[in-house]
Amino acid sequence: MALPVRTFDAVIVGGGGSGMRAALELARADLKVAVLSKVFPTRSHTVAAQGGVAASLGNIDEDNWHWHMYDTIKGSDYLGDQDAIEFMCRKANEVVYELEHFGMPFDRLAGGKIYQRPFGGHMREYGKSPVPRACAAADRTGHALLHTLYQANLKARTQFFVEWMALDLIRAQDGTVLGVTALEMETGEVMVLQAKATVFATGGAGRIFAASTNAFINTGDGLGMAARAGIPLQDLEFWQFHPTGVAGAGVLITEGVRGEGGYLLNKNGERFMERYAPNAKDLASRDVVSRAMATEIKEGRGAGKDGDCILLKLDHLGEEVISKRLPGIREIAKTFANVDPVKDPIPVVPTCHYQMGGIPTNYRGQVVVPANGNPETVVPGFYAAGECACVSVHGANRLGCNSLLDLLVFGKSAGETVIRDLRSEGKSHRSLPGDASDLALSRLARLDGQKSGERVADVGADMRRVMQLHCGVFRFPDLLTEGVRKIKEVAERAGRTEITDKSRTFNTARVEALELDNLVETAVASLVSADARKESRGSHDRADFHQRDDVNWMKHTLWYKQGSRLEYKPVHRKPLTVEPFEPKARVY
Amino acid sequence: MRFSIYRYNPEADEKPRLQSYDIALEPTDRMLLDALVRIKARDDTLSFRRSCREGVCGSDAMNINGKNGLACVTRIADLKEPVEIRPLPGLPVVRDLIVDMSQFFKQYHSVKPYLVNNEPPPEKERLQSPEDREELDGLYECILCACCSTSCPSFWWNPDKFVGPAGLLQAYRFIADTRDQATNERLDDLEDPYRLFRCHSIMNCVEVCPKGLNPTRAIGKIKDLLVKRTV
Repeated sequence: MALPVRTFDAVIVGGGGSGMRAALELARADLKVAVLSKVFPTRSHTVAAQGGVAASLGNIDEDNWHWHMYDTIKGSDYLGDQDAIEFMCRKANEVVYELEHFGMPFDRLAGGKIYQRPFGGHMREYGKSPVPRACAAADRTGHALLHTLYQANLKARTQFFVEWMALDLIRAQDGTVLGVTALEMETGEVMVLQAKATVFATGGAGRIFAASTNAFINTGDGLGMAARAGIPLQDLEFWQFHPTGVAGAGVLITEGVRGEGGYLLNKNGERFMERYAPNAKDLASRDVVSRAMATEIKEGRGAGKDGDCILLKLDHLGEEVISKRLPGIREIAKTFANVDPVKDPIPVVPTCHYQMGGIPTNYRGQVVVPANGNPETVVPGFYAAGECACVSVHGANRLGCNSLLDLLVFGKSAGETVIRDLRSEGKSHRSLPGDASDLALSRLARLDGQKSGERVADVGADMRRVMQLHCGVFRFPDLLTEGVRKIKEVAERAGRTEITDKSRTFNTARVEALELDNLVETAVASLVSADARKESRGSHDRADFHQRDDVNWMKHTLWYKQGSRLEYKPVHRKPLTVEPFEPKARVY
Repeated sequence: MRFSIYRYNPEADEKPRLQSYDIALEPTDRMLLDALVRIKARDDTLSFRRSCREGVCGSDAMNINGKNGLACVTRIADLKEPVEIRPLPGLPVVRDLIVDMSQFFKQYHSVKPYLVNNEPPPEKERLQSPEDREELDGLYECILCACCSTSCPSFWWNPDKFVGPAGLLQAYRFIADTRDQATNERLDDLEDPYRLFRCHSIMNCVEVCPKGLNPTRAIGKIKDLLVKRTV
């Protein structure tokens, strides 16, 4: 069946922070651009970011990008690519000032400059003591940022396709990406969106875990599409567990609480982080704090009636600071934990929060794959930015506030690269291959024709249980190996689901089934990659290999869907202009 | 627990109906959205929007026992049975609890909700005092859920001409921003019997806003500025 085709210079899939930052760049270049989003753009998950965006503005204390770069590399446990990290940290001030010029309502210091607060792992003088580097709008930085970017795009007249879901990539015989097939949710119509440049900005897949701070829409759609089209997924064994998700509810409580002076207590009222990170204490890196909390709980010092959570104390900050700097947290704590943090501590647990891995890209936003002996051959026409991409600036563990920075810097960078590439190319579109829409249509036909099968909700629940049990904060060899078997079973079951709703109009059952296809690709990649990595690094902590092994494992994982095969490629240890930071023991 | 939910699929139904659901909730189901997700797991034809499940994305606004609110921050324990759930009032229903929000966004867009400042930007940030920045508190936090505008009788009668509380709150958010230079143009645009002056301070918007914002107060400030401008 031939689908209707619409042609664009560029199609951006995803209307969150990175997608809208890329769109804004393209809007200046007089190109025909479409931005697809499953939800109205301001509902994208960037909206839930709280604490801030990292940049060494030095508005309160002396700071510079070299220190930020060092912190990011150390935070990544030396798996991050040093060229990309240098690029990001050097660009940070510029993209934050731009955001302010767009109208971002940052909090202010007495002299009128942007307010900054300390955040985990952000230090001065190469690790000496915490420095205020997180540029914040109260504890609603992501909301303020996302709305500001949407508003700037309105001004720039960006064309949005709202409530459209991309289904699959279209690739030519030679691998060039020629666009996507997509579903308009309101009408159920499927269309080909042909483009000279396709930019994925689809966010993460944090919904593969049962306990997650992530929104329902974070289903790894870009990763699923890439994997099905033969693109490998990079470093998916690395998942960040945020130390402070509300116990039971999973809702995020920003690290900014600790940045403002809050701290964690076990059931004995002990400020236990002093034992695990004597210098940075509660502002150590997230992987370090999450492991410390899990250890406290495991060793019987957890709080709560079942001893399964940790307490986040902030009442000593006083009502004024809490109301001014952390108003959203107070609201969340009251709603989801039944406590007013002005009086009582918030019960928290480490909760899946961020995907460090993703679609392999370089710092220009181009997707790169191994080919002809080069581990980083550019895939023509294909770009990715934000959480769906693995540049890799976060390596094995991301620092707080570096995600909003990542999406600004690399959203912009991808936009600039697209402009440059389109200028150097011819004006005409390549013709689409005859099978351009086959993959998407076969997935839809399978769902329409399936007359019996499991419910999407049941398979999804099993996937989340497997990930939670087998791929959590601490990882054990037997559980990992068993997890690989189990998650592959789940993935097979995802291909046999049945939806009873076969209608066309805003069929959310169909959308959820299509999302599950993407989730399971990410879940399988994560477990297979985690099982294979025989060391502990950043967020990947194995009971049987307790140390980081730079000799054998300072390398990036690449997982291919076809055959669930793994390859590896080297870490970029050479920055762009400065001397490399050599790996050393990571203490906070 | 018993729910009575508005159902309408234009492909199958001649007219809307209310469908009853009796479901056993788990102790972990605390918010109305948890219950809706549980219902959908049983009946996948029920359609509604949802995303962040923490009251910040604005997707799951609906009419709950007669009052607009977000399902994800509405406690089940506070609801009277059977819980009657309808789509937001006053907007065309696409399907079930999903409404067509075009008119709402059109009004939001009509106030030019973006910073206008034609001076070349400085090398660093534009300076703004904490006091000036504080003027934006209670304005910029809007999540565009439409609870307010769709509870406003003036918006029901004139959705094409009256900007509505959400749009006007954002209009004032830019008027109040010391970095914005378009206050006069913004006031010109709103000086209109419909766009601004259809607000009769009924204050339903304040009553329902899940973020605790006060569009009526912002609208009052715009009216004050218009009066001041004429004297």
